[in-house]
Amino acid sequence: MYNRKDLLGLRDLSADEIMTILNTAKEMKEKIDNPDLRTDILSKSSIVTLFYENSTRTKMSFMLAGEYQGAIVKDLGVATSSVSKGESLIDTGVTLDQMGTNVMIIRHQMTGAAHILAKNVKASVINAGDGSNEHPTQALLDLYTIMERKGSFEGLKVVILGDISHSRVARSNAFGLTKLGAKVTLAGPSTLVSNSMKSLGVQVSTDIPSAIKDADVVMGLRIQFERQKNMPFPNLREYSNLFGVNDEILKYAKTDVLVMHPGPVNRGVELSTEVIDGKHSVINVQVKNGVAVRMAVLKLLTEANRK
Amino acid sequence: MSSILIKKGRLVDPKNNVDAVKDILVADGRVAKIDDNINDSADKVINAEGLAVMPGLIDLHVHFREPGYENKETIATGSRAAAMGGFTTVCTMPNTNPVTDNAIMIEYALNPKRDAVINVLPIGAITKGQKSEELADIGQMAAAGACALSEDGKSVADPALMKNAMRYSKMFNLPIFDHCEEIRLAKGSMNAGDRASILGLKGIGDDSEEIIVSRDIILAKATGAKLHICHISTEGSVEQVKNAKAMGLPVTAEAAPHHFTLCDEDITDYDSNFKMNPPLRSRKDMEIIRQALKDNIIEVIATDHAPHHIDDKNCEFEKAANGIIGLETSFALSYTELVESGLISFSDMVAKMTANPAAVLGCGKGQLSVGSVADIAIADIDNKYTIDVNTMVSKAKNTPFGGREVKGKILYTICGGEVVVDNGKLTKQEDGK
Repeated sequence: MYNRKDLLGLRDLSADEIMTILNTAKEMKEKIDNPDLRTDILSKSSIVTLFYENSTRTKMSFMLAGEYQGAIVKDLGVATSSVSKGESLIDTGVTLDQMGTNVMIIRHQMTGAAHILAKNVKASVINAGDGSNEHPTQALLDLYTIMERKGSFEGLKVVILGDISHSRVARSNAFGLTKLGAKVTLAGPSTLVSNSMKSLGVQVSTDIPSAIKDADVVMGLRIQFERQKNMPFPNLREYSNLFGVNDEILKYAKTDVLVMHPGPVNRGVELSTEVIDGKHSVINVQVKNGVAVRMAVLKLLTEANRK
Repeated sequence: MSSILIKKGRLVDPKNNVDAVKDILVADGRVAKIDDNINDSADKVINAEGLAVMPGLIDLHVHFREPGYENKETIATGSRAAAMGGFTTVCTMPNTNPVTDNAIMIEYALNPKRDAVINVLPIGAITKGQKSEELADIGQMAAAGACALSEDGKSVADPALMKNAMRYSKMFNLPIFDHCEEIRLAKGSMNAGDRASILGLKGIGDDSEEIIVSRDIILAKATGAKLHICHISTEGSVEQVKNAKAMGLPVTAEAAPHHFTLCDEDITDYDSNFKMNPPLRSRKDMEIIRQALKDNIIEVIATDHAPHHIDDKNCEFEKAANGIIGLETSFALSYTELVESGLISFSDMVAKMTANPAAVLGCGKGQLSVGSVADIAIADIDNKYTIDVNTMVSKAKNTPFGGREVKGKILYTICGGEVVVDNGKLTKQEDGK
């Protein structure tokens, strides 16, 4: 069951709600490659994307997920909107609400932005990434990809490594995976993964080989240069030597390990090109699953809000 | 000026070691008599039976935003909020716009046209424009009536400039009210720790506060200046103040009610009424602040009353302004959290809001004896009620304490022999209203 108005993060969702979304996504996936199977169950619904930060995958897959189901989808070009004249987030949201928007999809550089928008509008709000807090649909598509390949989550060892402290993807995945029974390790240099992350119910490690040992899933994260003022490590070469994943390091993991990455990748930094394009990689599958998961989320929220 | 007879109240005057039922006669703005039974006729008689009668409360740390941000608070509205909270003297921080860094700005704050209903004592900035580049007009501000110096909102970045300011201010016997924050270590919007990790907010560590507490205690030792640590919030800061006192340095400290009442675990839903600087710290820090109040390492309770317009608060948490209002909740929170809980005696609490802040200022306020200026607060400490933001007098409503059950209500505030709050109601509307 999913009866909420909004999707703001996985922190507050139950395992049951997460599984409802994943199971709905399963029904959606075939519609991506086969246009004849697409429906118009969201016809008459309007969706507006509000991206205060750049995006390729998330924004485009949300827009297509809406259109594949017959919704009216519009993008508020934030840079060319009244936001650039100083209009507040709440005023922007209320304005879109008055125009009859049914779903607002927001990405914002500040933690909690989606929450404050949701409190102030009638429309369903989907958090497409808020500051260094959560990115729930990314985690849902990661969960979906793991479920598709591994069958279940119980007892799986998932290692997320890289720029943990700035990563909303790591946090949403940590919340979601632990709720579903997986064991999560967050790994990276000590300047990018703090011990207080243990409060999310995960392990924390700075030693990549031991963190990766016997892993079922290895998820690399991009170093987010845009979010740091002081370089948290001396240089990229040192980073990739000590913390990057290449074929050698990957040997510590299980032989059927999945390699994932939310994109965009800094090739040769967090993952080597051989790993990105290698047999364990499901990075491109993740992109496709992203559309399925977002179709599911849009359908479930629209149904809940129409009730 | 009319006379007032306060009958049968429990006079709690820690400075004079009094805690007994007394009658007090006020005439010509001063305390004329204190005795077991006074039968003189008076223009106004207050039956204070069952009530606590205290020296008027003193708050060393408030922001009244005038001039510059009158949509948040003014001296007229802020002083009325203070009176409702039992305060008869408050010290206003200089981060106005323009900054209170010269004698004209001090005179502006003291001008009767500001319509203050209690004593509003302006604090001068340490550096011109609070820019940490050159000293403000410290001597001229002292002559104009500045009560202290502070860079509140930030620290003086340059230690050599800070040292100079401390040396120079000593000549005028002005204490330094020290906001301790190394801004280069304070890039966050709440306390660093588990809760920040769960909420995905960037954290501010203890180190950003403690490194400046440490630096400035060392400078106080070097210069002999009177150093008062503002809104102390961490275990490490408390430890350093304790050590400074053990060394006999003239160092004092204040804590705000929110730092001994709330902790970072109380932040759940990006409600910016829980956002302040220093941030709500860990539960352990909160417990240590309480213990330090008990041990008198922290001898002053000060609100850091920081009014903000709703537009500055009703927005993204990371963008929201720091600070909460505190004048109308300070007495009740202190009484409920510190005295009702059994941590300290009522007399010790009153000392932290009267005699101790007066000692920091080096003035004779904060006590009641025959001949003193009649600054008096009267409270019903048994009155239990729910804090209602909508009935507050402050122009701003930014507080996390709305809906909280507390005990202790201010019923009368008398300032300079004039009744400003009469049975819980203000007697003077703002000019022109």
